[in-house]
Amino acid sequence: MGGLEKKKYERGSATNYITRNRARKKLQLSLPDFRRLCILKGIYPHEPKHKKKVNKGSTAPRTFYLLKDIKFLLHEPIVNKFREYKVFVRKLRKAYGKSEWSTVDRLKDNKPSYKLDHIVKERYPTFVDALRDLDDALSMCFLFSTFPRTGKCHVQTIQLCRRLAVEFMNYVIASRSLRKVFLSIKGIYYQAEVLGQPVTWITPYTFAHDHPTDVDYRVMATFTEFYTTLLGFVNFRLYQSLNLVYPPKIDSQTDAELKPAEGTEYAMDSESYLEKLSALSASLARVLAPAHEDEMEMDEFPVEGETAEQMDARKQEQEALEKHKKLFEGLRFFLNREVPREPLAFVIRCFGGQVSWDKSLCIGATYDVTDPSITHHIVDRPRVEPQVVGRYYLQPQWVFDSVNAKLCLPVADYFPGVLLPPHLSPFVTEQEGDYIPPEKLKLLAMQRGENPDDESEEEDEEEEEEEDDDKEEEEDESEKEEEMKLKKMEEQKTQSNKALPVKVTAGKVRLEDKQRLEQEQQSEEKRLAIMMMKKREKYLYKKIMFGKKRKVREANKLAAKRKAHDTAVKEEKKKSKKARRA
Amino acid sequence: MEQARPGGESAEELTDSGESVYSGLEDSGSGSSSAGEDSDSDSDAEDGPGGSSPPRTHAKGAPRKSKTLEDDSSLKDDEDLLAQNEYEEDSSDEEDIRNTVGNIPMEWYQDFPHIGYNLDGKKIYKPIRNKDELDMFLEKMENPEYWRTVQDKMTGADIKLTDEQVELVHRLQRGQFGDVHFNPYEPAVDFFTHEVMIHPVTNRPADKRSFIPSLIEKEKVSKLVHAIKMGWIKPRKPKDDTPTYYDLWAHEDPNSILGRHKMHVPAPKMKLPGHEESYNPPPEYLLSEEEKLAWEQQEPAERKLNFVPQQYRCLRAVPAYPRFIHERFERCLDLYLCPRQRKMRVNVDPEDLIPKLPKPQDLQPFPTTQALIYRGHSSLVRCLSVSPSGQWLVSGSDDGTVRFWEVCTARCMKTLPVGGVVKSIAWNPNPTVCLVAVGVEQSVLLVNPCLGDKLLYGATDQLLESYVAPEEERVQPVQWVTATAEQHGKGVRLLVQHSKAVKQVTWHGKGDYFASVVSDNSNMQVLIHQTSKRWSQNPFRKSKGLVQCVLFHPIRPYFFVATQRYVRVYNLLKQELTKKLMTNCKWVSSMAIHPGGDNIICGSYDSKLAWFDLDLSTRPYQLLRHHKKALRSVAFHKRYPLFASASDDGTVIVCHGMVYNDLLQNPLLVPVKVLKGHTPTLDLGVLAVLFHPTQPWVFSSGADGTVRLYT
Repeated sequence: MGGLEKKKYERGSATNYITRNRARKKLQLSLPDFRRLCILKGIYPHEPKHKKKVNKGSTAPRTFYLLKDIKFLLHEPIVNKFREYKVFVRKLRKAYGKSEWSTVDRLKDNKPSYKLDHIVKERYPTFVDALRDLDDALSMCFLFSTFPRTGKCHVQTIQLCRRLAVEFMNYVIASRSLRKVFLSIKGIYYQAEVLGQPVTWITPYTFAHDHPTDVDYRVMATFTEFYTTLLGFVNFRLYQSLNLVYPPKIDSQTDAELKPAEGTEYAMDSESYLEKLSALSASLARVLAPAHEDEMEMDEFPVEGETAEQMDARKQEQEALEKHKKLFEGLRFFLNREVPREPLAFVIRCFGGQVSWDKSLCIGATYDVTDPSITHHIVDRPRVEPQVVGRYYLQPQWVFDSVNAKLCLPVADYFPGVLLPPHLSPFVTEQEGDYIPPEKLKLLAMQRGENPDDESEEEDEEEEEEEDDDKEEEEDESEKEEEMKLKKMEEQKTQSNKALPVKVTAGKVRLEDKQRLEQEQQSEEKRLAIMMMKKREKYLYKKIMFGKKRKVREANKLAAKRKAHDTAVKEEKKKSKKARRA
Repeated sequence: MEQARPGGESAEELTDSGESVYSGLEDSGSGSSSAGEDSDSDSDAEDGPGGSSPPRTHAKGAPRKSKTLEDDSSLKDDEDLLAQNEYEEDSSDEEDIRNTVGNIPMEWYQDFPHIGYNLDGKKIYKPIRNKDELDMFLEKMENPEYWRTVQDKMTGADIKLTDEQVELVHRLQRGQFGDVHFNPYEPAVDFFTHEVMIHPVTNRPADKRSFIPSLIEKEKVSKLVHAIKMGWIKPRKPKDDTPTYYDLWAHEDPNSILGRHKMHVPAPKMKLPGHEESYNPPPEYLLSEEEKLAWEQQEPAERKLNFVPQQYRCLRAVPAYPRFIHERFERCLDLYLCPRQRKMRVNVDPEDLIPKLPKPQDLQPFPTTQALIYRGHSSLVRCLSVSPSGQWLVSGSDDGTVRFWEVCTARCMKTLPVGGVVKSIAWNPNPTVCLVAVGVEQSVLLVNPCLGDKLLYGATDQLLESYVAPEEERVQPVQWVTATAEQHGKGVRLLVQHSKAVKQVTWHGKGDYFASVVSDNSNMQVLIHQTSKRWSQNPFRKSKGLVQCVLFHPIRPYFFVATQRYVRVYNLLKQELTKKLMTNCKWVSSMAIHPGGDNIICGSYDSKLAWFDLDLSTRPYQLLRHHKKALRSVAFHKRYPLFASASDDGTVIVCHGMVYNDLLQNPLLVPVKVLKGHTPTLDLGVLAVLFHPTQPWVFSSGADGTVRLYT
């Protein structure tokens, strides 16, 4: 035979992976530094296919990194910066200890710093890659920008996050790329379509955070460090793509308009600048003056293999999108002081509406409450006393629901003090067999151009008129038939009883339901075929069927719950009506 | 209260003065009342209230010292004089001022009637005070001097402050100097002037170091120079003035994309919220009370939703979400700690997974419905056999009887009590012989049922009687005994007595030989008997394990022996092992052979049925897991391509098992019918299954004591 003895775990997948501790030792980094490096470089553990082979026969839970990833980290210039920083801290501490203030100054002057530009470029080689990964970056920046300026993290970071978030919002307004908004109990979700990529982010409601103790802010800060760099570059590129000036400048024309309104002594220009920007009420300055607003007609090239129908559908979609973008065009909103200003101003401006608020609430108000041209007044209190004629007083949900429905919804449901219709998530697209709430069905009908309101009202009336009949109708037809049969039989019985004391029961005709028989046969065939399945396939089949059944069960449960709720509401209505009558 | 405050302060002053007196400490600021009084009474009247300048205090303090020490000589006369004067003036106050307790908290004397000791060591008693609140109030109202009355802590006596003292207190309260005449803003006179004088201030000659360069400095400089030369000290870095943000993706070079980027597994995006997360969800998404309770009792990791859906009337009422930061943090942890793996999502239509089989209707005939029930046995029916003509059925039961039935009418023709549990029963397959082998306890009975053609069973009797015993007695493992007259009357013709309990009997196809299995652990488990010669032999020299059942090949001289996990195939002519079939089962229960002789099915107690194609391999061609419980019996049909299996779950499954003559085509196995009817009792369902020899009918016998016929 000859040859060297083959040793186990020296080839194959065992050599492709490395445990975390070994990786750390190879890189000669402490655990926090290693963590930072992994976060910044986007290195994550991999789950090996055969854990036991990689783990040298042991099944102990371990995290594995790809050896290639770790080798890749070895060349990272930032690792040296980490070490330099460690030395710097040591020197500084020593200087402080010896009270050598000049040394302290010198050291602080030469504080080592690093840039993450190359990492951003390396992780996202194309701009589209960066856009795809923007969700977390945005959510994190929006969260950090709401942090208090004390403790937890550096003030500069918070300010930077706020700046970047405001810049991004301004971009979304300028490009009209917002698509969906959702008010959840966690916060507000936004979805924008940036250069064809859906970007979703969440912002918390504006309340003070009570900072949890079991959260490691260092980890979050490291992520934020990377995300701010990424978002800065993305913002720059996005502004460039719209010919906007970066860092953003408020359009000089509107700037001039703003000035007298806000009064002379507000703050220094540099300070109030971000605030003005974050008011989201002013348009941004462009590098080139927008010569013609109307967009160029795009030449259309039929894609190969595309039928005329498909092209038509695409065209229609395009038109719908354009219409959606101009949803609030020409409407003038006024925000009362109790509604959340920033989200509403952002959403309204994104769809072309004009918006203002009380001057004392925030900088950047463009018109007053008394302005007669206001069309919609957003309020969130049970009643508004002096109502001005000529404008709708609406609850804020109207704005969000309208955006999600892609049309201005009827205002009647959203008047102040009215019980609001449910707010549905725009992110759910129901497949066949899923449960669809009735409100959604209504909305879909409305989008198709039907007018479901009248129908439903009529239905209601009908229902009220003949409720008893309705109930019967609801029951299955088969039951009806059975009832009929029973009635007939009873009649027969009574007749016969009257006629003769001797009982002659009619022979029952056993109807063989052919359909049912066929169905039974089919189901039996299926059962038999399932018996013949291979073990693996059977497992898979059972799993899939289980999932399907569960889905159906859940949908049924929701439907039943809804039905119960509706009947309860109806009962209550009836009772109240009766009480009123009496 | 307002009056009490200055009073309290002045009381402090008093104690201070006392201290200064005895410890000899000088306290210039302490314009004590006693000092003030002293000064009043002193000759220097112009000093004002409490304005006790240091020399004066000293002078005042000195007399006390002189009293105690008596060794101060320098100003003795003068002091004596002053002391004299003092005594004269203050004789009335003398005894109550002098309290010798020292500088202690006076609360210590709270509970005593006295407040200290005078110079003579006598107790100083507190002035009798029995004023209650009312008296105090009355005094406050009536006495105009009340506001300037304070209590002396040392003596407990009330003291009225003079105007000067009050003035002093006010001045001190305002933060002014106690002395009215003291000017705190006197012009400062510089000791040195800024003007250059022609003469030095001192006459000291200049130091040498002032005109010789410093060696230490030189050393330091040279060190710095050296460090700069060596590059240890670097000039300050110029500030990096590239903008923080620029167009990073200005030159997108597709070639610069690293190869590892293709391997990158992007993190899955966070799940988008559904309707239930809305602040105002449709009512069906809200949790009911039970659901909420269940949610609370679940582990946080197991919960389907990580929040409880809630409904708020209006946007104004929505509070902050307390776990917002947590969720962000968990997302961060997921991003950098969670192992990632590419998973292929199975995207199949479950209908595609179901194999396409020929329809059962196309595979008819096969038994579909229950036709007859043979009732009579009082205990579970273990075994069944049918006559070669298909007219008679015989069943053996645990109630110790063998019953003969007519198949078509379900009529019990005959009952044969055998006095023991009938383990196995087998009808002779030779149509010209009417004989049934019954395995009861330790013996095999050969029974002539006397049913059917009289000629036929008469011939059988003649055949048995024609036996002539050989001359020399051969040693046999069993004993062949002719039945007694009584037994003969019942139909029993021969008894083959074994040494152990018989488990199974089975006939050879020709009807002369039969094999029996004995529950034993030795090589004596399987015995082959010849009826015509009444002669038995033991084919195996060695035991290969517990034999479950045995079987003759229908055509060729092969013999199948099933042990727990293997089926061994022996060639009876060559007397050798030809094959060993691996069943892949834990415990084989039964076995049946296809009439063609090339296929075997094995049922096992772990609810598997293994189909062997002997030409193909020694491993099962297919392993069918149709039953839910242990298989008890399997059977092949003689004519039709059918086989059936009976299980403890109370069902008989009939399968179509087509074997093609073409050797290249594998057998086709299709389940065609699940027959139910037997009710499982004592965890046992169907115990035996058997096909009719000519019709597509199947018999089954169960633990409920019935035999059923499905047609």
